[in-house]
Amino acid sequence: MKAVISVVGKDKVGILAMVSNICAEVNANVIEVTQSVLQDFFVMMMVIDISEMNCELSDLREKLTANIMGMKIHVMHEDIFNSMHRI
Amino acid sequence: MLNTSDIMETITMIQEENLDIRTITMGISLLDCCDSDINRSCEKVYQKIYRCAKDLVKVGNEIEQKYGIPIINKRVSVTPIAMLCGASGGDPVEYAMTLDRVAKDIGINFIGGYSALVHKGFSPGDRELIESIPRALATTDFVCSSVNIGTTKAGINMDAVRTMGKVIREAAELTADRQCIGPAKLVVFCNAPEDNPFMAGAFHGPGEPDCVINVGVSGPGVVRAALAKAGKDIDLTEVAEIIKKTAFKITRMGQLVGTEASARLGVPFGIVDLSLAPTPAVGDSVAYILEEIGLETCGACGTTAALAMLNDAVKKGGVMASSSVGGLSGAFIPVSEDAGMIAAAKSGALTIEKLEAMTAVCSVGLDMIVIPGETPADVISGIIADEAAIGMVNSKTTAVRVIPAIGKVQGDVLEFGGLLGSGPVMKVNMNSPSVMISRGGRIPAPLQSLKN
Repeated sequence: MKAVISVVGKDKVGILAMVSNICAEVNANVIEVTQSVLQDFFVMMMVIDISEMNCELSDLREKLTANIMGMKIHVMHEDIFNSMHRI
Repeated sequence: MLNTSDIMETITMIQEENLDIRTITMGISLLDCCDSDINRSCEKVYQKIYRCAKDLVKVGNEIEQKYGIPIINKRVSVTPIAMLCGASGGDPVEYAMTLDRVAKDIGINFIGGYSALVHKGFSPGDRELIESIPRALATTDFVCSSVNIGTTKAGINMDAVRTMGKVIREAAELTADRQCIGPAKLVVFCNAPEDNPFMAGAFHGPGEPDCVINVGVSGPGVVRAALAKAGKDIDLTEVAEIIKKTAFKITRMGQLVGTEASARLGVPFGIVDLSLAPTPAVGDSVAYILEEIGLETCGACGTTAALAMLNDAVKKGGVMASSSVGGLSGAFIPVSEDAGMIAAAKSGALTIEKLEAMTAVCSVGLDMIVIPGETPADVISGIIADEAAIGMVNSKTTAVRVIPAIGKVQGDVLEFGGLLGSGPVMKVNMNSPSVMISRGGRIPAPLQSLKN
């Protein structure tokens, strides 16, 4: 089982570090990361493995939102993307 | 492998374009709750609904968390209560109060099924229930009511049509101090679907299983945004194609949520209703899709054609995406719930006559239309009869949900709030159909061949 974390907002130091640290804390393995910065605008997408995770997806979302202020964060199960974009 | 642009597309749809699951509706059969004593019957109804649906809200919230997709409403639909009234006798409002109480206790947003199916005639319980509707809607908060007065196979029960005109007026009068909210929770159907998850017309048909999960998706904003991105140069074949593809994606999400909810609740999955259901929020409007297709305003000449294409393309995309499509499935045109429709009605571009034409090609009917408070019951019956005739002849569902604004005249506004929005009082042709309506009887079922 995988989930997708997406972070969008104004670029600053340590966003990726923060997200990966929290993932490590909850025992979610990072599988893939893509990140880009366009004129101070930070966009990151991370695919994580949640099968061994030690908390619920909603707890992970809360932790991330609490730690990274002022950015838009989404944590969504991969099934929603698979069902919408694959036949 | 997941693709970045797909992920961004989904997130944008949810964040910017108001994509949501409008409702998870659990259909519950109450046929095994019948008892000759109304108090015992009500107790059984409460127990059964509570037992089946106690986890509905919790599961809905869990799914919302898992996929990050808003699920706006959790609802329950039940067997038409008139069937229980026939067995138990007594005051049907007792049932309405029971439904309202259980709805509040399990935390759902609406409960539908204070209904009667009288397309060919009245059986015991039907008349009592229909006559009690105004009181039931005035004394409860969450109960929704519907009456099916015609079908393509049976014709139109004009006695019921006459009664419903009066019932709608009375429902408005009893709730005049609350923005006439009563009739906003009452739908008069022709060809009512048995598995519709959308309110106010949801009920659990007698042909349905004991308990079932139906899902209603929504997303007019997504369709509009997709068309806006494509620009004004593409031809209508391509427009239809874009709508179809977008409807496919929306429905896939409904299918995912429905299967997940049914697995978590241990209840069979029924259908996905792939309707484009607008809300008063800016950007969540069916009228704006029609305007994006290329009309100056909704209601202009060409509106019916644009809506016909939209409705058909939505169905085509949805049918490909889910093997169990049902309910109303198509585009809704509720005036008070759609920012673009409200604007068009206020400016006078959209009239009831044009809306009636639009209902011949959309998925429901005259929906959430506020009419002057002085409109006589016979004229309301006339509106119902016209709408039912369109449904009967075209073998489609049509419905009437009009709200007489007691004490208000054309140009005034009723504010319902929430998903129901606000509606300007629209002009109604007041010439009287009294003699025809008072004749009663039945309009025979139409011929199904020699179609011209």
